[in-house]
Formats: sequence, C-alpha cells, structure tokens
Amino acid sequence: MAESKKRVPMNHVIGFILSLVMTLVAAWAAIQSDLPVTWVIIGIMILALLQAGVQLFMFMHVTEASSGNGHVPWNMMFHGFALAGILVAGSLFVMSFGHDHGDHGDMGDMEQQEEQHSEDHSGH
Amino acid sequence: MHITDILVTGEPIIYGAMVSMALGGLAILFVLTYFKKWKWLWREWLTSVDHKKIGVMYILSALLMLFRGGVDAMMMRVQLAFPDLGFLNSQHYNEIFTTHGTIMIIFMAMPFLIGLMNIIVPLQIGARDFAFPYLNALSFWSFFFGMALFNISFVIGGSPDAGWTSYTPLSGAAMSPGPGQNFYLMGLQLSGIGTLATGINLMVTILKMRAPGMKLFHMPIFTWSTLVTCFIIVFAFPILTVALALLTIDRIFGAQFFTLTGEGLPMMWANLFWMWGHPEVYIVILPAFGIFSEVIATFAKKRLFGYNVMVWSMIVIALLSFLVWVHHFFTMGAGAFVNSVFSVSTMLIAVPTGVKIFNWLATLYKSKIEFTVPMLWSLAFIPSFILGGVTGVMLGMAAADYQFHNSYFLIAHFHYVLIAGTVFACFAGLVFWYPKMFGHKMNERLGRWAFWLFFFGFHVCFFPQYFLGLDGMPRRLFITNVAEWLPLNVISTVGAVGMALGFVVFVYNVYYSFRYSERETTGDSWNGNGRTLEWATTTPVPYYNFATVPYVDEIDPYVRMKEEGKTTFEEDEVKPIHMPSYTGQPFIFMALLGLASFGLIFEWMYLAVFGLIGGVVMMIRRSFDYDDGYYVSVEEIKETEKKARGL
Repeated sequence: MAESKKRVPMNHVIGFILSLVMTLVAAWAAIQSDLPVTWVIIGIMILALLQAGVQLFMFMHVTEASSGNGHVPWNMMFHGFALAGILVAGSLFVMSFGHDHGDHGDMGDMEQQEEQHSEDHSGH
Repeated sequence: MHITDILVTGEPIIYGAMVSMALGGLAILFVLTYFKKWKWLWREWLTSVDHKKIGVMYILSALLMLFRGGVDAMMMRVQLAFPDLGFLNSQHYNEIFTTHGTIMIIFMAMPFLIGLMNIIVPLQIGARDFAFPYLNALSFWSFFFGMALFNISFVIGGSPDAGWTSYTPLSGAAMSPGPGQNFYLMGLQLSGIGTLATGINLMVTILKMRAPGMKLFHMPIFTWSTLVTCFIIVFAFPILTVALALLTIDRIFGAQFFTLTGEGLPMMWANLFWMWGHPEVYIVILPAFGIFSEVIATFAKKRLFGYNVMVWSMIVIALLSFLVWVHHFFTMGAGAFVNSVFSVSTMLIAVPTGVKIFNWLATLYKSKIEFTVPMLWSLAFIPSFILGGVTGVMLGMAAADYQFHNSYFLIAHFHYVLIAGTVFACFAGLVFWYPKMFGHKMNERLGRWAFWLFFFGFHVCFFPQYFLGLDGMPRRLFITNVAEWLPLNVISTVGAVGMALGFVVFVYNVYYSFRYSERETTGDSWNGNGRTLEWATTTPVPYYNFATVPYVDEIDPYVRMKEEGKTTFEEDEVKPIHMPSYTGQPFIFMALLGLASFGLIFEWMYLAVFGLIGGVVMMIRRSFDYDDGYYVSVEEIKETEKKARGL
C-alpha cells in the first residue's frame, strides 16, 4: 500500500484540465469552426493522439517500474489495437456489403464507392 | 407539463402494476420504519464496499429482475396461446418483448453472474476484497440505478418498443418518438458504466491479488472463466457505450449517424450492436461454464478433467467471440463472401465448446456422482445446452439462416443456450455457494421440486418452438391465430407455466430455508467435498475473509490443506489486516447520474445538467479523498476466528 500524503496531485489536475481543453477544442473544431473538412479531421486525429498520451502518461502507469517497466500496459495496448483493427477493418468489410461490380479487385471498387460517398457528402 | 403527460394511462394491466408497485413500495417503507431499520440499511448495505454484501445485493436485484422478465414472458405466452382473448394490444406486446429481452440479458443474467463472481472470486484466490472496493460499490449502484430507470419506463413515459436489439431506423427519433427508446439508451448506458468498471476491477483483482504461490494455471476454473470474461467485457463494452452514445446524440440532439435521410448508415447500428452483442452472450456463458466446472468437479469428487485444455478453450472462445458478429444479421443482404467468412468463424466456435463438453463428460466418467441440487442443474445443462449448440451451428450456415432468421427456430435456439446455459448455472451456482453467503443450505427436497419443474417446463416450453419456427412463425409476432401454430403455442405456454412454478418454489425455498434449514457449523459445506479456497474459510465468512492467506502451488489447494490439517487461521502468523472503509459516496454519485439520465430521457436539460454537475462534484470529492481504510487488530481477528471455529 503506497503511502498517500495529503497534497494536491498536481500532475493529475494538469492532466485533467488538459484533457478537458483538448476535448473542447475538438468539439469547437467540428461544430463551430470554418476550417475545411480535411483540416478538421486531421486536427481531431492529432488531438485524439495527444489525448491518449495524456491519459497514458499522466493518469495510467505506462512508465511505472512496478508494471514491468510498462510491459503490462503495452501488452494490454496491443490487445486494444488488435481489437480496434478488427472493429474498423471488420466494419468497413461488412458495411461494404461485399458487393463487387466487376470481375476483379473488389478492394479498388470499395475505395471508389467510398470516394463517391465522400463526394456526395461535400456536395451536400 | 401535466402529470398525465408522463404517466402511462389507459391500460388496465399497467394500472394494476402501478397499484401493486405503490403498495409494495409503501410496504417496504413501513417495514423499514416500523422495525427502525433505516440506519441499519444505510450502514450495513447502502454504504458497503464489502464484496460479499455487494454480491448479495447483485443477486437479489437479479432475482427481482428474473421475476419482472418472467412476468413479461408469461404475458407474451398468454397472448400467444389465446390470441383471440385480446389480452394485450400490439403496442403493449411490442413493449413487453423489448423489456423482456433487455431485462433478462442486461439486468438479470449479467448481474446474477457478476454477483456470484463478486462473492466467490476473492474467496477462491485468497484475496480480502476487490482491488478497488470503492469502484466495486460504484459499479453496483450504477447497475442498480440503470435498472431502476429502465424499469420505471412502463409506468412513466412508456417502455421502449423496438426490440432488445433496438435496430435503427426503427429506434431512431423519426419512427420512435417520445421517451420510450431513451429509457433503453440511458438505462443501458448507466448500467454499462458499472459493468465496464467491474470488468477492470475483477481483472486487476485476479491478476494482482492472488494468494502467494498461486500461478495463473493454479487458479480455480471459475476464477479463470471470470478473468476471460473480464477481458471480453473490457474490450466489448466500449463498443456498446459508443453505439448507445451515438444513438442518444441522434435522438436527443438531432444528429444523423443512423438515419437514411441524413446520409447515416442504419445498418451500422446493427453492426456495432452485434460487435458488442456477440461477445456479450459469451460474457454470460463463460462464467456459467466456470460454475458448471466447479460443481461437476466437486460432486464427481475428482480433479476437473483436462484443466489446461478447459482454460485454453475458454481463451479461444473469447478470441473467436469478436470474429463472428455478422451471423446475427446474415440477411442484411451482404454478399456471399462476407457471409461465408462469418459462417466459417461461427462454426469454429463449436470446436472449443465441444472440447469443454467432452471434458465435463470425462470428469464424470467412472466417478461417484453425488446427486445434489447444484449437480442436477449441472447435469441437466449438458444435454440441454447441446440441443441449443447444435441448432446454433444450423443457424450459423448463412444460406440456411435465410430460412431460420427471425423465426421461432432462432427463439428456441437462444433460449436453449441462455436458459440451459446461463440460467441453469445461476441456479446451480446460487444453490452451491448459498451456504457460503447465508450460513445455511437451501432445502434439498424443495430444491429438487424447483429443479424438475423448471427443467421439464423449460423443455416443454422451448422444444416446440423449434417446430413453430420451421412452420414459419416469425418472432415478435402479435397476431398468431393461425390454426397450424396454435397447438404448439398452447403446449409452449404450458411449459412456461411449469417454469414459473419452478421459480415460485425456488423463491419459497429461500424463505423456507431461512426459517428451517440447519445452520452450517463448518466452512466446507458439501460433506467436506470442497476443493478450492472458498471452502477453507469459516461460515459465515468473516469480513476480512482470510485471517492468514495460505500458500498455494497447485489447483484444488484445499484438498491438500485438509490432508495436512492446515487452515486459513494459523494463529502465530496473524498480522493486522488492512481493510477499506465503508462510504456512501458511490450511492450518492450514481443517484445523481441516475437523475441526469432521467433528465436526458425526457429531454429536461436543466435536470440533466444539474445531475451531471453533481456527478462531477462527486468525482472531485473522490479525487481528494484521503481515507486509506483501517487496520483490523490481531486480537479482534483471533477472537473472531476462535468463535467461528469453535476453538
């Protein structure tokens, strides 16, 4: 049992405020800003990575010696990434409905459909 | 807004429910006040962080929900057997099958199993509580308020009516206006927080707090099943959280994630729902497998056959559970390749499951079986579950699924796996560990009555439904006065009555045993057949569980401990024990979030914002909470143990 001293956990407070600010900026970028869609997406992606970094390094125990110098969290993160891979790739695969309109290259076909979709979107 | 705008009016059955709820509530208030139990309730239960008490509260809530879900089921069965009676109208019928499914999965099966895990897992690994006892209480209260929220829907605002799968676009704002569907979203969201937290909590507990010497492959099989389940929870529940949040934003704030009009993808809901939903059904079946393994090994009086293989097959099942979700919507219209991929992955699951079945049979082979009530449930599970499993493989064939999809064949299949698997396991586990929880066993004779009534009722109820499905009766159908279907529907309803009687006998048995059962004197309740550490503790279990934690370097450590005369109380090794303090914070925190959810359901934003701010305040309060618990003195431990062991 680690001894806890009666003090304000500054690291956590800063991390908490940082994560709130980043969330608000992301929301602002998506809802209020006049930035082009591509930049909004890139911006949100970057913010998401920073957000994950804040969570992992300021709140979780990535660098702690007692977790095998981060061996345990990296192990879990590997599983997390594997699942995210299944989630994204699986959803794209399923939601494409597997329809290929030609004899070859359903992948290329899928991308084409995707492009058409995004074109429709920006034209809206 | 007038009161009649939010209360559901015009249904005699619902008026009846309202009156009985009000009377029941008043009766509880009266009893608590009359016997001056309010303080006791708050001090001993509502503020408790003791895993055993939280487990008991989980199981009580689950039994209550089994009753509620069961009443829904009985009403459906009455409607289907007597279609001309006009018992339910179609809207009411829709609401009932929706709440039946949701309650049975989310508010009955999961909390029942989580309750058993709460009580038993720390005892099996030699831990004194969860890794995060405060979080454990938080989990329970989030589940409790989520459950309460979902259950008031039928008298206030109207129940959700889009099926437990809540498929879009039907469940979207355009086609299901009003608060009904919001109850589903917020009730599940709130209780989902608790499930996710429990998953993390138990995972850490099992990984970090095992008895000295206990390696992962020394753990009791129920603990293993819990660990694997926790991994599934941690990876699957975030998907549900996101899906529910997206649909909530759709419904309440007018986004278009799942609508056609706004270029959303309605089928994406089905996709996300089943990406959570398939792992979810394994969340409720793997602990069941764990329970059956424990019970069968105990009453076959043998080490579980193929322990390592059992563990590995659970891990393989967990992995596969994330790769089969599309088999729930083969008929979406995806191409042959997509469906084939998921058809094959689905059939793969039969392999590790089959391995487990053979291992149970091999454990039983040439053993001296003791036919206790938990063993009866476990033995009945094997053939019944196989019927469900085999029809599952039939449904897994994509081409054939176009015939079976959404027919009663499917209904029969998943009731065969969920009841013969999960519900039988809940009963087996509860009866098996009952003496650990309450200090006395359940009456054997009444237990047998409950078992046989439920068992025969179950088969009579659901076996005919396979044939109803093959005869073309679709699920969720309100009008059934088709001559060809009627006889089988009547038989099915008779079976449902049998199950209901079984449940009544079971509940009566709780009361009867409380009054008349012999009190336990030893901790090893089942004729000294206990194999794992939970049986090494005294009954009732002291709040710190283990005075001294034994060294463990094998599976079934208690067998050796008994031979060598060791106990969990080695007097000269007793040290002060560090225990967590009780706190009312989790209860208040989750009550506030419950209030916020209630506000969101009716789109009363001020109430929602108030509740959410309250939640944030409670989080800040917790962040600066320096209560590190307290130490139990050596004298107190010795005194407690000597009294409990009659030394």
